[in-house]
Amino acid sequence: MPPARRAGRGTDLSRLERLLAAGKPVLTAELPSLDTTNRAAARRLVEPFLEAADAVNVGDNAAARAHVSALAGSALVLEAGGEPIIHLTCRDRNRLALEAELLGAALAGVENVLCLTGDDVTAGDEPQSKRVFDLDGPQLLSLAATLMKGTYLSGRPLDHPPRFFLGAAENPTAPPFDHRVDRARKKVRAGARFFQLQMVFELERLRAFLARALESGLAEEAHLLVTVCVVGGARGLRVVRDQIPGVHVPAELMRRIEGLPERDQPAACRQVALELAERALRMPGVHGVHVVSFQGPEPVVDVRRLMPS
Amino acid sequence: VFLLAAWLQGYASPVPGEELAREARLVVGVVSSRRGEASPASCEPERVPMRLMADRLLAPVEVVVKRPIFGCRMCGQCVLHSTGLTCPMNCPKQLRNGPCGGVRGDGGCEVDPSMRCVWLKAYERAGRLPWRDELDELRPPIDQRLWRASSWWSRLTKRDAARPPGWQGD
Repeated sequence: MPPARRAGRGTDLSRLERLLAAGKPVLTAELPSLDTTNRAAARRLVEPFLEAADAVNVGDNAAARAHVSALAGSALVLEAGGEPIIHLTCRDRNRLALEAELLGAALAGVENVLCLTGDDVTAGDEPQSKRVFDLDGPQLLSLAATLMKGTYLSGRPLDHPPRFFLGAAENPTAPPFDHRVDRARKKVRAGARFFQLQMVFELERLRAFLARALESGLAEEAHLLVTVCVVGGARGLRVVRDQIPGVHVPAELMRRIEGLPERDQPAACRQVALELAERALRMPGVHGVHVVSFQGPEPVVDVRRLMPS
Repeated sequence: VFLLAAWLQGYASPVPGEELAREARLVVGVVSSRRGEASPASCEPERVPMRLMADRLLAPVEVVVKRPIFGCRMCGQCVLHSTGLTCPMNCPKQLRNGPCGGVRGDGGCEVDPSMRCVWLKAYERAGRLPWRDELDELRPPIDQRLWRASSWWSRLTKRDAARPPGWQGD
């Protein structure tokens, strides 16, 4: 596996970047959103994930619902000895706030940033909100790259530019299927070095995306992480299908889980995710797995056991 | 013109009058408003002192021509040429660099499922144009001050070519 291109960075790579550059499959996990200001409780929630995963994603008002800020969550992860990947979306902030948040993250010691366009406000529980989208995802990546070069977007110089390992998302399961790789490559040109792909529940579309990624050179330009989601059962699967924009749940899987007695559903969902992860890890062009678990940290541990140590 | 606009946009509203009223308000808004005012995305006061008569005269003409044909939102910095003659400002997130990840399986918009993702249209149409590759260019953030200004005047004066000084681009 060729090491991904790095834009003018020295040797002090983030832990995630080091692992990916070493060519080992990497395991990342999505932290549950924090809705508490109790520090001890938040740490207890977060810590099991830090042990199981190489790095953890800290959401930025995930699913367009307000939670503890990603920066505070990332600081908590750092304090507990973990490696955060901070999410940053364009939905809630204009370019000034995005610049401030990026620099604040760097100051707090966060090195991995996932630059996202973000779900629309109407996907969340406060659809009356104003959507911002002053920038879009690729522009946000370019903005972060600008800061890394030592200036604000205005050209005003910056003391001690941040070093980020920039990531982005791409959705292999949403139209236009033929152009998703083109869009990912645009993000690479803007600064992305790794991708956490949108969650998959079947591998057919992922396979097509990866074939195109290998052919176009995307798989060499950036590290690709496949996302699997562990839901609690048929109800959770319906929520993911209906409420997370762009997620494709095959009808066959839906029927299979619905057909099981309720007490067997969680285990079945874990098994489905585990099998997907195992198969995805064997696919050429895949550099790791990202786990989104609605069943706590145990499924992340399960996936860890799959991975070569 | 408004009827034509509604037809071209494929509006099938149960109350067509509402759509027409919306179109009319946009045109009236452009004719009567100052640049940068009451834009969909920005309520910033205008900071550019340049208020050119040419801009004022061109904007109403432009909206009447481009609104029916392209669904133009009068962002004042037109990229129709490189987006397959599809206005990306019709995207509820106003994304100028391609579709978000929320496009539905049937091609519907994440925000408004009844509307087809503008970027799917852009890819289809751009594919038929000789300058198709322009679609993959990284377009810079927009200048929010130019809402409701004339993009024709922007092109003539090259104010739409101005980039934020730190902008890296591709």
